Order: sequence, then C-alpha cells, then structure tokens
Amino acid sequence: MSNEITGTNPLTQLRSCTTARIFIGRTGNAIPLKQSLAFKLAHAHARDAVYSRLNVDVLTDKLKLFDLLLLHVHSQATNRQKYLQRPDYGRRLDDTSKAQLKGYCGEDIVIIIADGLSAEAVNENALGLLKILIPKFRAADLRVGCICLAEEGRVALGDDIGEGLNAGLSIMLIGERPGLSAADSMGVYLTYKPRPGLTDESRNCVSNIRKHGMSYKQAAEKIFYLVNEAFKRKLSGVALKDNEGLLDH
Amino acid sequence: MAKASPYRSGDVLAGVCAESYEERVAAQITLADVPLKTFLNEAIIPYETDEVTRLIMDSHDAIAFGPIGSFTIGEFRDWLLGDDADSAMLKSIAAGITPEMAAAVSKLMRNQDLIAVAKKCEIVTSFRNTIGLKGHFSTRLQPNHPTDDPKGVAASIIDGLLYGSGDACIGINPATDSPAAVLKLLNLIDKLRQQFDIPTQSCVLSHITTTLNLINQGAPVDLCFQSIGGTEQTNSSFGINLALIDEAYEATLSLNRGTAGRNVMYFETGQGSSLSANAHHGADQQTCETRAYAVARRYKPLLVNTVVGFIGPEYLYDGKQIIRAALEDHFCGKLLGLPMGVDVCYTNHAEADQDDMDNLLTLLGVAGCNFTMGIPGSDDIMLNYQSTSFHDALYLRKTLDLKPAPEFEKWLVRQGIMSENGEMLSINPSHKLLTGVI
Repeated sequence: MSNEITGTNPLTQLRSCTTARIFIGRTGNAIPLKQSLAFKLAHAHARDAVYSRLNVDVLTDKLKLFDLLLLHVHSQATNRQKYLQRPDYGRRLDDTSKAQLKGYCGEDIVIIIADGLSAEAVNENALGLLKILIPKFRAADLRVGCICLAEEGRVALGDDIGEGLNAGLSIMLIGERPGLSAADSMGVYLTYKPRPGLTDESRNCVSNIRKHGMSYKQAAEKIFYLVNEAFKRKLSGVALKDNEGLLDH
Repeated sequence: MAKASPYRSGDVLAGVCAESYEERVAAQITLADVPLKTFLNEAIIPYETDEVTRLIMDSHDAIAFGPIGSFTIGEFRDWLLGDDADSAMLKSIAAGITPEMAAAVSKLMRNQDLIAVAKKCEIVTSFRNTIGLKGHFSTRLQPNHPTDDPKGVAASIIDGLLYGSGDACIGINPATDSPAAVLKLLNLIDKLRQQFDIPTQSCVLSHITTTLNLINQGAPVDLCFQSIGGTEQTNSSFGINLALIDEAYEATLSLNRGTAGRNVMYFETGQGSSLSANAHHGADQQTCETRAYAVARRYKPLLVNTVVGFIGPEYLYDGKQIIRAALEDHFCGKLLGLPMGVDVCYTNHAEADQDDMDNLLTLLGVAGCNFTMGIPGSDDIMLNYQSTSFHDALYLRKTLDLKPAPEFEKWLVRQGIMSENGEMLSINPSHKLLTGVI
C-alpha cells in the first residue's frame, strides 16, 4: 500500500528547487517501485557506459574529414577489469603503441580521444567538438600534428603520447566517470609540454561536455582560450586558471 | 601484516598484497603468534618521522593494556570472542589497544567475528542528543546540492526530517570551500534547527581551516569536520596536522553550543587515502585506515564516518571488498573506543549495486553501527555517488527494532512524523515543516 504524502502544492514548490530524489513517497518503508526502477535504469546506463568501447572504426572514418594523421594506440591495461583496478596501467602506453609513435611529430598540438570511464561519451561528443575546435586552431596557425585514438586510457596517458610525439601541447578528450544523471559526459584535459610524471595540477580541464551539459561551442571557446594562454605563458594547470572570466562559467 | 590482509585491489596496486592464497593464510598463521606487545616496541612507520606514530606510542595507556598485555594476536582474537570480553571490559581496555593491534587482530577474524565483537562495544556520544545507545540507530541527513542552492538544500532537509532522518547530524558537503558559501549553509541549517526546535547538530563539511576562520568570525558552528588519514604525510596532503586539529578542537569546544554533551568533532576516513596520496610507507590500506582512528580518538569526536566505497575500484573493487572493509573499519574503530558510522556507498565504476549496499547495511545494523547516511533516494547529486537513502534507515530500524536518538525520537513524535511505537505516519501537505520553509 502506498503511503505517499498527498496533495501537491508545497511539494511541487520544494521539488522544483533541486534535482535530488525528494518526496518520492514510500510503500511501507520502501521506495515505491516506479522510483526504484527509475534509479535502477539510471544505474544501468552508467554501468553500460563504463563497459562501452571506443568506436574505432566509425571514429576513424569520420575523422578523415580533418585530413590529419590518425594513430590508434592502447594503454598497458589489457582489458576493462585491469583498467579499473590498475590506474597506473591506464597511464602508460603498451610497447606496440610506443613503437608506433616513432617517426611521427606531434607539432604544436596533439589531439587524443580516449575512452576513459565512458567511451560512449567520446563516441557521441568528440567529433562535434573537434569540428569547431580544429578550424579555430587552423585559423590561428596552430599546427595539429595528429589525432590519436587511445583505448583503456586515463588522462595521464596523454603525457606518454605527447612525449613520444614531442608535441608542444596535448588535448585529451576523455569519457568522464558516469553519474546517475549523465552517463555521456566528456571532459577535455589540456597539458602544456606533456611528459610522464606530470600530475593534475599541471593540467586544465573543461568538463561536462554533452548534449544537456556544456555545448560544443562554449567548450571550444574555453579550450581555444586556454591553448593560446598556455603557449603565450609556456605553462598549463593551476597557474593558468582564474585569469579570465571565461573559465568560471 | 600486509600479506595477512584479506584480498583487495588497493593492496595489489600498492604491491603489498600476498601473492597466493597460501601465502596469505601462512601470513595469518604467523601473525597469530606475534605478541601484542610487539607493536609497542616496533613501529610500522618510524616514530621519528611520523607524528601519528608518535601520537599512538605516546598516548598508549599501559594500565588499560594490562588485562591483554600477555596475549599474542591470536589469543587476543579468541579472548575478544569469549564471554570475559563483555561491554564493560572492552571499554576499559580501549585506551590500551593501538591501531596496529586492532588492525592485526581484524585480519585473523571472519566477518562474523567482526560483527560479534563490534556489537559488544557500546560507544555513546552526545551534543544536542545522544548517539550510539544500544538499540538505537542514527543517520546523518546529507542534503547536498551541486551549487549549494539554499532552497535546494532546504528542500532535501525537510524531506529527510519527514522520514525521521538527521539525528546524527544534518551535514552538508559544500560544492565549494569558499567561506561565504559555507557560512550561508551554516546559517541556513541553524535557522531551520531553531525554527523547528530540532534536537540535532549541524555540520558543513568544509576544510578545517575554513571552519576555524568561520568560528573566529562568530559563525554558528556546532561540529567541526575534517577528513583525516593514518600517516603524517597523508594528513599533510589534506593540508592538516595535529597542531591544527588541536586548535580547531579547542575553538569549537569554546563555543559551548552542545546541550547534552561536549563531543564536537566529526571525522571522515576511508581505506585507500594514504596510498592515494602516496603516503602509505609500504603499509596495507586497512592498517593505514586504522591508524587514522588514533588521530580521531584524541579529540573525543561525536561521529566518525568511514566513507567506505567512495574511493573507487582501484582500492575496493567490488561489493565483497567494500563489505569486508566496512566491517573491518567499524570493528577496529569501535574496539578503539570510537563512535563509528559508515557511509554505505559505491561509485558507478565499482562492481557493486544496491543489493550489495542492502547486505552491508543489514550487517552493520546487526553489528550495532552508530549511524549511516541518509540521502534522498540514495542518489547524491553533488558528489555523484550512491549511498543509503532515508528509506534504507527506516528499513533497518523496523527490521532490527532500532530507534532514533532518544531526544530526536521524542521530537519526531511531537511533530507527528512518527508514532509513539515507532511507526512512520502519513504526512499532510499542510504539515508545518512543509509550509514553514516555503
């Protein structure tokens, strides 16, 4: 038997103040079935996102439009289970990938598309962002050396790649940890002079890029601003923050 | 020690885990014969370089240690499970037990043993109400909001109160640590508390330096919060040390806001924090965690909360590991005399779900856990993880016949939220908690 609070007025008002699951009622002391299943579905989306795979074939095909060198690399995490338990493996390239980078040059900027904790997020959002971002770079005479598709990658994998290609700066598009409200959120990390050993304080991050989150246009503007500042000031990370209202949105 | 620890991903990541099943059990067999006294003479992390080790060694109570002083760790385990180790006895020896002794003995215990012994420990604390009494179970109402919107926070608080949540405290994780934002939240809860005369305490879980500054500016701080770890280096990665906590503790005490008691600190811990800060000194994550309880114990806290599944699968991979870690933390904390609560929780990249949390919550209820979290529909929309819901606490109270903190229980009855015999009542939309906040 449902034992829900009846009537609407104050509840509707309070509900509109937050996206928290408030005033969901109870049956006995339990969460009513409809709410219980809605929660389960959100969790299922998040779980599926964690186990989603980078869509290498489709991305390779679509990225051709930029007429850039495309590389396909893999971290030392051989599978998802390893990836989840050993973040250190996800931060290093495997030997085949390392060898593959030899002979190529990252130029000013290397762009990396990595699965992270939600491949779905980059499968859906990477191309849309790059379509705005890459023309901006080209117009500003910033050379993009290549685009790397990276599997089982964590953010710091960009340091291994950036160093291997001797790139001036790395931009990593990566799937963020899925929440119950969004499983397809993409983050972009920017690192000046990427090399192994750097930590998060050396990077700038633009987060929550997705259909119902930050738009591609707004994200591209922020990233473009950060890239210019990074080259101008020869650094990235904490020291680059807070100088422009642009970052506070 | 590390090799005797039940398997968990964080110890593998640290490279301190046993390499085989046999090696683990062999390590446990060896550990069983080590005298408890050994831990008073041999430090796992050097005395000279670590202030937590110095705290442990220097505050050890030799008299309290007397009754167990001749035991090996194995004998200690057997004794803990026996009838001689009753509630009064366990209370009297708590100050004689070091974190390393507690961690070591827990490694020789099955989940059932951890529950049985923890159940015998009654750790009661108080501020505006009394938490931890036998037969009682409390919750921290956690009304987080992604932008600290006061109306959004207030809506979640009212929702929680109407489900009988919030006797451990009403505790908000602020989205930013800015003093102005924290002050706004402190004032918000304080106003609600006074408006409805709620016998509970508030806490905004900002960094201790932020809280200290706000205390000095006259902000209404009931409880002073801080995350703590088990090594000096871990704490320094949190931007704290013992001297700083000493100062904040004294400042909070001086406000004298408690009416039922003077326990003013709220600490959070969690296995894996030392390794995450690369400050574990080769020790396993459960031993590091237990050492954090020595830090907590110094300040007679109202609440200690091990946030067990928040850190992620690289430290605790799945439901089995999370459940084991929670029972260890709860047992070790209680044995050392701390008012332990557990954030029964998981992230979306851990191999865990609501069923695992149901199992853990039930086990902790049986073990006599002081409190868990209460979150609208289990979904924390600010921290993006899943913890226990207001409903979960009602389930536990009903199933195990547990009551809220006595002062809070009386308030719930007065408000028409709960009946005299503990049944939750239907709430009319004209209830003053609903109309009073709009």
